[in-house]
Amino acid sequence: MSEISLHRGISMHRIGAMILRYWYLLMSSWPRLLELLYWPALQVITWGFLQLYIAQNANFFARAGGTLIGAVILWDILFRGQLGFSISFLEEMWARNLGNLMMSPLKPIEFLLSLMIMSLIRLAIGVIPMTLLALFLFHFNVYALGVPLIAFFCNLIFTSWSVGIFVSGLVLRNGLGAESIVWTLMFAIMPLACVYYPVSVLPVWLQYVAWALPPTYVFEGMRALLIENTFRTDLMLSALAINVVLLVASFGAFLALLRSARKQGSLLSGGE
Amino acid sequence: MTENDKASSRPTVADRSSSAAIAVDHLVKVYKQTRAVDDISFSLPRGSITGLLGGNGAGKTTTIATIMGLVLPTSGRVQVLGYRMPEESASVLGRMNFESPYVDMPMRLTVRQNLTVFGKLYAVENLAGRIAELADDLDLTDFIDRANGKLSAGQKTRVALAKALINHPELLLLDEPTASLDPDTADWVRGHLERYRKANNATILLASHNMLEVERLCDRVIIMKRGRIEDDDAPEAIMARYNRTTLEEVFLDVARGRVNGAKEAAR
Repeated sequence: MSEISLHRGISMHRIGAMILRYWYLLMSSWPRLLELLYWPALQVITWGFLQLYIAQNANFFARAGGTLIGAVILWDILFRGQLGFSISFLEEMWARNLGNLMMSPLKPIEFLLSLMIMSLIRLAIGVIPMTLLALFLFHFNVYALGVPLIAFFCNLIFTSWSVGIFVSGLVLRNGLGAESIVWTLMFAIMPLACVYYPVSVLPVWLQYVAWALPPTYVFEGMRALLIENTFRTDLMLSALAINVVLLVASFGAFLALLRSARKQGSLLSGGE
Repeated sequence: MTENDKASSRPTVADRSSSAAIAVDHLVKVYKQTRAVDDISFSLPRGSITGLLGGNGAGKTTTIATIMGLVLPTSGRVQVLGYRMPEESASVLGRMNFESPYVDMPMRLTVRQNLTVFGKLYAVENLAGRIAELADDLDLTDFIDRANGKLSAGQKTRVALAKALINHPELLLLDEPTASLDPDTADWVRGHLERYRKANNATILLASHNMLEVERLCDRVIIMKRGRIEDDDAPEAIMARYNRTTLEEVFLDVARGRVNGAKEAAR
């Protein structure tokens, strides 16, 4: 079957309907809202105090003020962006609603676009209070990064969507037995993306792997900005190029996994 | 085949509007080692109500899921309202709908919110009016602003039916539509389905274990066993062939392998 034929004529109306569906859900459940705020706030407080302590005891970190807390905020954009995407998808599996959606005129690309928009909404609810906490508690103003912050954000959110699309495809194909991948895959990327340390710390052979990941460029770029006051556009463009490849590849993988799910008949069951 | 040949073999708009509501041609579905559907063919005219009968594992749900495009056939061909499924499903999904015990509606959303979301997905015009109409028809008004998860099984079934009817479907696929309803409500839902079919010339394919329901609603019955079609005719003709007075007795004959004996007795 040609899944691509299902993607012509994207309807903003249907995408809006799906966003409305997730908005209703979010507003009906205070634990879901609290969860969005809780972990980012906890992260920024823990790492913020750690940074204060190090800054008082080490000249280098005093000079490179903000790299730790900046890394925490950017990491959370990456991680929460993927979770925001994947959890909205999982809500359909948990609710056994996927069959209703797949049987409706909603196209796969519209479904994915609505999940992307929801990841932005969920991210805003969780991360904006986190950045305000960082500002008031530790005097770190992430917005002072200016235009580079937009480049960092876009590259991180694109990666989070690629991972979210691929992981959702795996859950679609394999049922809720694959749910744990949603929560853990990003942590496998974390050490290679060099969130808290420069790429040069890694063994040379592992550096090649690290440079294949767009977030590595973002975290290196953030350190260059905070430590050397230099915005590395070359790093951002490299990250963007890899992100384009990853987005196309993840979308292709999602369609292949959807087709496989149709073959297996797992769209109706969606269970374990 | 040249491009011209291909173009001439494609169905035209007139072909599609006069085609059968559902055309299943030599459909086979194999899951690993299991042959869930084994070379079945049937065609349902528009405006008909057909009952799909069979014991557990007979292949009813797989057949319906393949018609809906949720399952890819291993071989064979399925057409819905003149369009091939699932290749051309985008052209037809907005004109059909379904209800199945294998899917639920989101539990935390209220009935009104659920119907709003699905109505928008199906681009229903005057959605608020349509929801009010369905709430009235299916007696949902008392709990329309209650979360779906807090409804009784019977209320959930009526909400699922409202979702299935929200887009005025030309084709309705129903899997056990009156399960968990009390006899009075179930009878009332059957009446509603009959009226809906007559008013809209809709086609209904109904999988059910309730033989009285099938006798009352259906002008044709397809009996499946182990993935194959065991019989296919009007309910009266099938009962006469098996020398039985109810479909339930026929069902038991087929399920227990007394088919030949019953047919012989009838002769």
